[in-house]
Amino acid sequence: MYLYDKYDQAMVDARVEEFRDQARRRLEGKLTEDQFKPLRLMNGLYLQLHAYMLRVAIPYGTLNGAQMHALADIADKYDRGYGHFTTRQNIQYNWIKLEEAADLLSDLAKVEMHAIQTSGNCIRNISSDHFAGAAADELVDPRPYAELLRQWSSFHPEFSYLPRKFKIAVIASDKDRAAMRLHDIGIRIVQNEAGEPGAAFYVGGGMGRTPMIAPCIREFVPLDQLVTYSEACLRVYNRYGRRDNKYKARIKILVHELGAEEYTRQVEEEFAHLQQQGIEPPLAELERLKTYFADPPFDDGPKTVDRSDPDFALWVDRNTIRHKHDAHVSAVISLKPIGGIPGDASADQMHLMAELAKQYSFDELRVMHTQNIVLPHVRIADLPALWARLDEAGLGAPNLDTIEDIIACPGLDYCSLANARSIPVAQKISERFSANGKTAALGELKLKISGCINACGHHHAGHIGILGVDKKGVENYQLLLGGSEAEDVALGKITGPGFSEDGIVDAVETAADVYLRERSDGERFLDTYRRIGIDPFKEALYG
Amino acid sequence: MAEIIRFRDDEPVDHPAVTVDSFLDQSNANAVRVEPGDDARALIPHLAQLHLVEVNFPAFGDGRGYSSARVLREAGYDGELRAVGDVLVDQVAYMKRCGFDSFEPDTTLDPDTLGAALARWPEVYQSAADTRQPIWSKRHA
Amino acid sequence: MKLLTGNDLKTGAVTWWTGHDWSIHIEDAINAGDRADEIARREEAARRVNAPYAVDAEQRDGKPRPLHIKERIRALGPTVRPDLTLKPADPDHREWVI
Ligand code: SF4
Repeated sequence: MYLYDKYDQAMVDARVEEFRDQARRRLEGKLTEDQFKPLRLMNGLYLQLHAYMLRVAIPYGTLNGAQMHALADIADKYDRGYGHFTTRQNIQYNWIKLEEAADLLSDLAKVEMHAIQTSGNCIRNISSDHFAGAAADELVDPRPYAELLRQWSSFHPEFSYLPRKFKIAVIASDKDRAAMRLHDIGIRIVQNEAGEPGAAFYVGGGMGRTPMIAPCIREFVPLDQLVTYSEACLRVYNRYGRRDNKYKARIKILVHELGAEEYTRQVEEEFAHLQQQGIEPPLAELERLKTYFADPPFDDGPKTVDRSDPDFALWVDRNTIRHKHDAHVSAVISLKPIGGIPGDASADQMHLMAELAKQYSFDELRVMHTQNIVLPHVRIADLPALWARLDEAGLGAPNLDTIEDIIACPGLDYCSLANARSIPVAQKISERFSANGKTAALGELKLKISGCINACGHHHAGHIGILGVDKKGVENYQLLLGGSEAEDVALGKITGPGFSEDGIVDAVETAADVYLRERSDGERFLDTYRRIGIDPFKEALYG
Repeated sequence: MAEIIRFRDDEPVDHPAVTVDSFLDQSNANAVRVEPGDDARALIPHLAQLHLVEVNFPAFGDGRGYSSARVLREAGYDGELRAVGDVLVDQVAYMKRCGFDSFEPDTTLDPDTLGAALARWPEVYQSAADTRQPIWSKRHA
Repeated sequence: MKLLTGNDLKTGAVTWWTGHDWSIHIEDAINAGDRADEIARREEAARRVNAPYAVDAEQRDGKPRPLHIKERIRALGPTVRPDLTLKPADPDHREWVI
């Protein structure tokens, strides 16, 4: 994985000192809260429901054991012994003190981490495929491209006061494991007919209040123009994105209002101009970055394992993924124990995951946008030992991509923007399905819950989505069906009137039962929904 | 109005800037003020005549002026480029990178804080409108 | 009644206006009535509170209870982590919140 050189380290260290100074000026009253807010947000520090919340960047979801240990230490030293992994592959701490925030950032900088641009109207942390560098189906490892863009977007002088936040995802496979087309810019590394690598640009996707799937605005940008093309996309947005209405300020609205064709024309014009400006790093820089993502020394070994323990066999079937090297798999550590808080991990659990990464996965971990952790490169021979340690620590839930593997945003338990709580709904659903035994029969069923229209819980993209709303001061939940964030991307549709907290749990079971009744062989929930449409579900829910 | 902080040695223009619309109409002024909604590219045919371009920031969060500045510098404008309005001390370093070389903030900037902010960044990641050498260029020098 | 609430600038802790000071315990809160805005402005300027605002509340069982669930969660802590709330040992607190 990428390691800082003296330049990167100097930048992160400078940022810590800048923030220390800004926080001091705020505490001394030299900055008002209005002036301080954008500054602290650009360092990931929010004022949340209970306290300050700090979001730490985990670039493209990749981290090593020392970094995970440091995250655990921070949880103990500055927070209340835990952290929350988010749908943007970051981690959030919920109980941070402003007077200690700079020290925390300084601890992070010691392990080459930071909170730079994890909030604010700027280019946010860049996300990617959590199986990058391990997946059997990828063209190349997308992370060097993500790192190139991370550096380009860090402290960007022109794009730090955009109309609204800006999220970029980079993938390099037919399979989309990063919700690429639901980002402001989605980049897919592809090959043209001549076999040369380049990038397809999808611009103007997003969830939130007005969900949109990004159209492809250019099928092939040569790799030595990636930064220049991105700069062109951003400049058109910075100049013409709407600033009159916060809810219409994302790039998706600009692309929608101009039309993809006109937006593309403007980008191409800007691109032609910017190509004369010499802003593109040389290809040698990309080659330098690639060296950091070279394969670890995989070794040959057994390709099968003793499956006589049924619990172990179930975990292997559900939570391990085919690897490009056939004596290895990627193993998913579920942060979704039955009745647990999706994405939360205690400091002890983080320490354990860090140790296991060191022992079994070439010291590497990944954060998934589904709020789980991946050990990307595990020898098949090591699986029994790994599973035993996970199981013992309550981290062995065998539920990847099942109805118990629920994405839930923090919701009204932590978030000041929330309309309703998300976590208790997730807890009740996972308890319900583990008790009724339907999880296995349901197979792949992605359930996603957001506590408000901002859609941090990706409810539009859930096979089943749940959106919390405020109905005259009472929590209420809308049900959506048919969304997907994967390569078969789609936006879910609302079934009808909302439900109470217990009502929504029943409604999810009702929808699941319609699928179990109607499915044909081999169909997933989403496939059945697409074949039969929403009506049979409505009938069962409201009929 | 607070004082003007200049990073150039020539004599400042001593008369007020006109709006982009009236500049394009009458066209003998040498100082113009660009508002966030103005298209800075409209000035490109007239750059030789301009000695001062003020870019107004009515609110610090409206970042269109950063692009206006770069557009003008990329087009070869080398007269004074002044950021005017709600310009905060933590923004000045970024503005300088976009090509601004003078500042007229609504609220006086504390000189020590400004000095610290300008000395803050040991390196830069991007090539922009200033002369700083980006990190990628140093790596492959 | 109207309660005045905000966060402590240094620690971020949720605080309530007691009539002369700020307390993390909502039981200490008083009705700020129509002086809420004026107190908020003064206290914020003195940095004794950050981002203050007034919330509607009622008096129930002799103590103030905000009308909106969001403020009740703010007052005590996350409903999903009773151990981290201000009343970890009080079995009735959940009922008070929800
Ligand atoms: S979706 Fe809404 S409630 Fe949930 S974390 Fe995002 S802003 Fe908060």
